[in-house]
Amino acid sequence: MPLILRMENIRNFCIIAHIDHGKSTLADRLLEETDTVSDREMQEQLLDNMDLERERGITIKSHAVQMDYQSSGTAYILNLIDTPGHVDFSYEVSRSIAACEGALLVVDASQGIEAQTISNLYLALEHDLEIIPVLNKIDLPGAMPDEVTDQIVDLIGCDPQEIIRASAKEGIGIQEILEAIVNRIPPPTGDPQAPLQAMIFDSVFNSYRGIEVYFRVFNGTIKSGAQVKFVNTGKTYDADEIGILKLKQEPCDEIQAGNVGYLISGIKVAKEVKVGDTITHVDRPCEALKGFEDVKPMVFAGIYPVETSEYEELRASMEKLQLNDASLVWEPETSAALGFGFRCGFLGMLHMEIVQERLEREFDMTVITTVPSVQFHAIGSDGSITIVNAPSELPEPMQISHVEEPFIRAQIISKAEYIGPIIALCMDKRGVIKNQVYLTSDRVELTFELPLSEIVFDFYDRLKTISRGYASLDYELIGFRKSNMVKLDIMLNGEKVDALSAIVHRDKAHEWGKRLCEKLRQLLPRQMFEIAIQAAIGTKVVARETVRAMRKNVLAKCYGGDITRKRKLLEKQKKGKKRMRQVGNVEIPQEAFMAVLKLD
Amino acid sequence: MTMAILKEIAMQKDYLQGELIDTIYFGGGTPSLLSKQELHEILQGLKSNFKITEQAEITLEANPDDLDISFLNELLSLGINRLSLGVQTFNDVVLTWMNRAHRREQAMKCFQMARSTGFDNISMDLIFGVPIESYDLADDLEITLDLSPDHVSTYQLTIEPQTVLGHRQRKGLLQEISQEQAAAQFELIISTLEQKGYQHYEISNFALLGKESHHNRGYWQQSFYLGLGPSAHSFNGHSRQFNVAHNAQYLAAVQQGVLPHKLEILTRSNQINESIMTGLRTSRGLDLGYLQERYQCDLQREQGPYLQELITNNFAEIDENKIILTRKGKLIADQIAADLFIVDD
Repeated sequence: MPLILRMENIRNFCIIAHIDHGKSTLADRLLEETDTVSDREMQEQLLDNMDLERERGITIKSHAVQMDYQSSGTAYILNLIDTPGHVDFSYEVSRSIAACEGALLVVDASQGIEAQTISNLYLALEHDLEIIPVLNKIDLPGAMPDEVTDQIVDLIGCDPQEIIRASAKEGIGIQEILEAIVNRIPPPTGDPQAPLQAMIFDSVFNSYRGIEVYFRVFNGTIKSGAQVKFVNTGKTYDADEIGILKLKQEPCDEIQAGNVGYLISGIKVAKEVKVGDTITHVDRPCEALKGFEDVKPMVFAGIYPVETSEYEELRASMEKLQLNDASLVWEPETSAALGFGFRCGFLGMLHMEIVQERLEREFDMTVITTVPSVQFHAIGSDGSITIVNAPSELPEPMQISHVEEPFIRAQIISKAEYIGPIIALCMDKRGVIKNQVYLTSDRVELTFELPLSEIVFDFYDRLKTISRGYASLDYELIGFRKSNMVKLDIMLNGEKVDALSAIVHRDKAHEWGKRLCEKLRQLLPRQMFEIAIQAAIGTKVVARETVRAMRKNVLAKCYGGDITRKRKLLEKQKKGKKRMRQVGNVEIPQEAFMAVLKLD
Repeated sequence: MTMAILKEIAMQKDYLQGELIDTIYFGGGTPSLLSKQELHEILQGLKSNFKITEQAEITLEANPDDLDISFLNELLSLGINRLSLGVQTFNDVVLTWMNRAHRREQAMKCFQMARSTGFDNISMDLIFGVPIESYDLADDLEITLDLSPDHVSTYQLTIEPQTVLGHRQRKGLLQEISQEQAAAQFELIISTLEQKGYQHYEISNFALLGKESHHNRGYWQQSFYLGLGPSAHSFNGHSRQFNVAHNAQYLAAVQQGVLPHKLEILTRSNQINESIMTGLRTSRGLDLGYLQERYQCDLQREQGPYLQELITNNFAEIDENKIILTRKGKLIADQIAADLFIVDD
C-alpha cells in the first residue's frame, strides 16, 4: 500500500462555517466523492457522531478523516480536520486550524457571513492558511449569491472567480472544491528526519482502548512502538498503536512529517491529553510547539443530585464524564440548602448545558444546577488576590479593597437595521462600544467591551431575539477590571438560601433581587404558612415578596373507587415532596434553584 | 344489563365472607333510569345471595327529572328508604351551563313530592365554586335550608381535562376560582349548615342528628364492600378490585362467566394511608390507636413534631388519641393527609 506518500501529495485542511451553513453536509459529500465512505455506510452528518451534537447542529468534539483522491493521474491524501463551531470552544478551533495549511470558508448564500465565521477566518489567516471560499446552498430560493460574493470579496480580498458556488445538499461544486484543495492549498513542509514534533489537536475517549490522541506531525516521523513524551505535561508513553484516520482507524508502522494520525497508548484520563501539546520522542526530543494553552473554565456553577442520596453516584458519573471532557473541572462543594454536590467550571454556557444533558442522558442522573457565575477576583488591601468561583467564597466587603471581574471583547455582526437595539442591549449589560464597521452597505460589525458575567445569562438569546436571528456573536477574554460587585442573598422566612446567592453589580442588585423574588413567588408552592421571600445585600433587604399560606387543599368525594385514585394522587405528591429541599421550614422545589436562569 | 348484574351477584356471593349487610346503594351514573321491575330483580338477587339486615339503609341516587309520584311510591314499596337527589344548584343559568336536564322548580317540586310520599331520609347534592358570574351560593343554601333535607353532600366543581369544561379552560374561556374564594365558599357552607343543626361529619357531608349515611361511613372505616356493574369498585380489607368501565366489555365477560375486574393489592402503607386520608376527613378523626393496633404504626413517634405543629397552629386537635381537624385544618385536609402518609422507598 502506498501509504508513505511524498509530502507534496498531502493536503491538510479544515472547514470554517457558521452553524447550519452546511459544514457537515459538505464533509459528507467530500467523503462520498472520494469513496472514503460507501453509500451503505453513509449516515447523515458523519463527522458529528455524538447524539447531542447532531441534535444541536454543532460539532462539540472535532475529529479528522483521511481521504484518497486522484487528480490528473496523481494520488493525493486529503486530511480533513473538523472544527467545533461554538465560541465556547475557540481554543480547540485554533489548534485544529494550526494543524492545517488551508481552509474551506463555507458561507450560506442566503445568510451571509456571521461573526463566528469571521473570527475563525481571522484565526486561519493568522496561521497563513490558504482560504478557499465556498458559497454554499446556492440552490435555495432565498440565495443571494452576488451579494454574498461581494461580502466575501470585501472580507478576504479575493478574486470573485475564486469563490466556488456549491450546494452540498445537491452535490453541486464538490468536484471543483476537491480540485481547489489539491491545486490551491500548499502541501505541508517539514523534515521527516528531524526530531519528532507533532501537535495534539484532539482526543477521543474509548472505553476499551483508553484515550485516542489525534495529532499532526510537523517534523520527524513517529513510529509504532516508540517511546513518546508529551512535552507540556512531561508524561511519557509507549506508542502501542499508531495509524491513520480513515472512516475507521487503520493502524500503520509510521507517520511522517506533514501527515495526520492517531495514537493509542493506554492513557486512561483525558486530562493528561491536552489539546495543543507537543508529542516528541523520549530519546530525541524537540521543542514544544507554540500556541499551547491550558484551557481555563469561564463559567462556574454548582451541580447537585436531585436525590441527596445519589451524591456518590453523581461523583462516579462526573469522573466518567471527565474521561472524555478534559475541559470540565470540578471540586466537591457543600450547600446548606442542597447538601453535597460539586462546584464545576465550564468553558461557557453551552458547555454547561452539554455537561448537564450528558449527565442526564448518558448517566441517567437528574441534577440541580445553581446560579452560573464567572470567576471574580477579590483584591485585598495588600494587593493579594482571592479567587472567587462561588458567591459563598466572596469575602466580606470590609476585608477587601475591591472586586475585579473578567471582561470580554465581543464582536457582533448584524444587519444594519438592528444596530439600535443591539447597542441598547449591550449598554444595558454594562457594555462600552469600541468600534463600528460596515462590512457591506447593510451588514455591520460592532465591537464592545462587556463584563463576562453579563453575557453568561440571557445575552445570546436576547441578541438573537432583537435581531430576528440575524446577529452573531464572538468574544474573547481581555482581562480583569475593577467593578462594584456585591453579594445578593435570598432569604426564605429569614433563612438564607445559599444556593440562590449571586454576585451582581451594585447598580443592578435591586432589579435582580426584585425579579428573582417575583420568580420565586411563582415557583414556590403555597404551604401551610406564609413564606416571606427577601433579597438582601448584607443586612439590607432590597426586595420582598410573599407566598400566601395555602387556604384550601381538599377535594370532595371520597367513596369507593375515589379512595384509590385520591390515595395514589396524594402518595405521588408526598414522593414529589421528598425531592424538595428544606431550608428552615420552607420546602423548595428544584425548579426554584434554576429560577435565575429563567429571569426575563 | 340487569341480567348481567344478577349473574355477577351470584358469582360474587362469597366476596363479603358472610358478613351482615346493612347498606345497599344504587349510585354512580343514573340508577333512577332503572324501572321498578329492574330494581326489584336486583334487590331480590341481593337478598337471595347475602344476609341483609331488616333495617338496612337502601339508597337510590336520582336526578330530579327522573322522579314522579308513582315512581316514588314504587321505590318506597321496594324497600328503598333513602334518596340522594342530584340537585347541584337551584340556579337555572348554572344548571344550563352544566348541561343538567332539570331546573330549579323541578328540583324543589321533586323534593317536596318525595317528602309527601313518605321518604324521611333525603340527601341533596350541592355543588359550589362555580366559576360563572350568575352563580349564587347564598341563594342555594337558603333554598336548601327551606326544604330542609336530612343530609347534604357538597362538592367543589372540579374541571377535568377530558370534559367540555376542561376544553373551555384550555381555551382560556374559563378559570377555576381561587383558593381564597373556594375557602370562603366552603366556610360559608359549613357555618350556615351547622347553624341549622347539621353535623359536619365528613369533609363533604352534613347530616341532621341520626341521619349520617351508613353507606358513606363504611367507606371511611375500611368496611368491606362489593360493587356491582361496570366500573364498580369492591374492597375486602386487603385488596380493591374494579370492574371494567365499559358496558359492552362488562356484559360480554359476565355472560361468559368471567369477572371483568382488575385487582389492586393494598400494601401495608397503602392501607395506613387510606386510613389516614379517610380518617382525617371525618369528625370522629383519625384514630391513632387503631393504626397502632391494626398496623403497628405509631404515628406519634414517626410524625410527632409535625403533629405538634398542627396543633400549635390550630389545624388540628387531639382528643382521646384521635387527630381531629379544626375547621381551618379541614380546608387543607389533603395536604395534611399527604404530609402524614407513609411512603415506601
